[in-house]
Amino acid sequence: MIRQCFIIFACLAVGEVIVWLTGITIPSSIIGMLLLTALLQLRAIKLEWVKGMSDFLISNMGFFFVPPGVALMLYLDLIKAELLPIVVATVVSTVLVLVVTGWIHQISEKGERVRTDDGDTAE
Amino acid sequence: MEILQNNLVLLALTFGIFYGARQFQKWTGWIVLNPILVTIAVLIVLLKLTGISYETYSQAGGYIEFWLKPAIVALGVPLYQNLGQIRRQFLPIFFSQLVGCVIGVVSVVVIAQAMGASRETIISLAPKSVTTPIAMEVCQSLGGIPSLTAAIVVSVGLFGAVFGFKVLEVWHVKNPYSQGLSIGTASHAVGTSRAMEKGASYGAYASLGLILNGVLTALLAPFILKIMGI
Repeated sequence: MIRQCFIIFACLAVGEVIVWLTGITIPSSIIGMLLLTALLQLRAIKLEWVKGMSDFLISNMGFFFVPPGVALMLYLDLIKAELLPIVVATVVSTVLVLVVTGWIHQISEKGERVRTDDGDTAE
Repeated sequence: MEILQNNLVLLALTFGIFYGARQFQKWTGWIVLNPILVTIAVLIVLLKLTGISYETYSQAGGYIEFWLKPAIVALGVPLYQNLGQIRRQFLPIFFSQLVGCVIGVVSVVVIAQAMGASRETIISLAPKSVTTPIAMEVCQSLGGIPSLTAAIVVSVGLFGAVFGFKVLEVWHVKNPYSQGLSIGTASHAVGTSRAMEKGASYGAYASLGLILNGVLTALLAPFILKIMGI
């Protein structure tokens, strides 16, 4: 457990250091995630060394969003005043992102597979 | 009611309500009763009724929210496990992400503007599809209200988690990889946690959408807003 925590927090800490050194606007957690993927891919760490902890964190991730969600109570008045634009804009835009991203990926992925099947890009 | 302001009492309350909400969803089988959504709603009502401020609650809540960052790092594991698959599909993935990112920012700004939202609200809405830390960063740098962004981001995530797969099915997005990717792109980590429940490969594609859209939005949103004259 200690080793698992160490690896995950070390990735996060390196992310923090990179942000601090370079001043980039990418969050440390995203850098840490990419670093963990790279370490696993390079066989620098074994999957069993992080599996238990990461399974626990991922399966409970939704719960960690409760406190930032409760922050909504601070903006009830603002949200009430602009309720319609906020709700319509976010719902319509979210549906658009879902559908357009899904379509483009589905169509281009199929195209790519067909091409491979034809032997054009097959090695 | 002073004892209710105790951090440990508030923590126990949060765990308890979430557990109850999850059992209730299992019992009713209604997907709309998302335990995250129900817990947030119950807590807000409870805090309002007892007159406890958000500042007081957030001291306890901070202990829970803290685990969000390690949880995002942990997403590196499913990402690693699906790396081979993802590499083979790099172009479709990258292209759909780029379009998804631009559409996400442009559409929310255009609609909010047309409906008369204030400038601060529009900026706070712009990074709504990406994970909280990135969205707050983008919002802050553009002059919006970061905690309003955080709250909106969670709401968008909940919408994606609850209705995302339904919306995709209705619009004929049937490929499981495309579904996972879209959910992660549109509704970040909350959607990703829902995708994880559906299966590890859905989850891996969702975490990919979460990462790529997060990075693209952090890089592109300031330019998109500038071009749109916000």
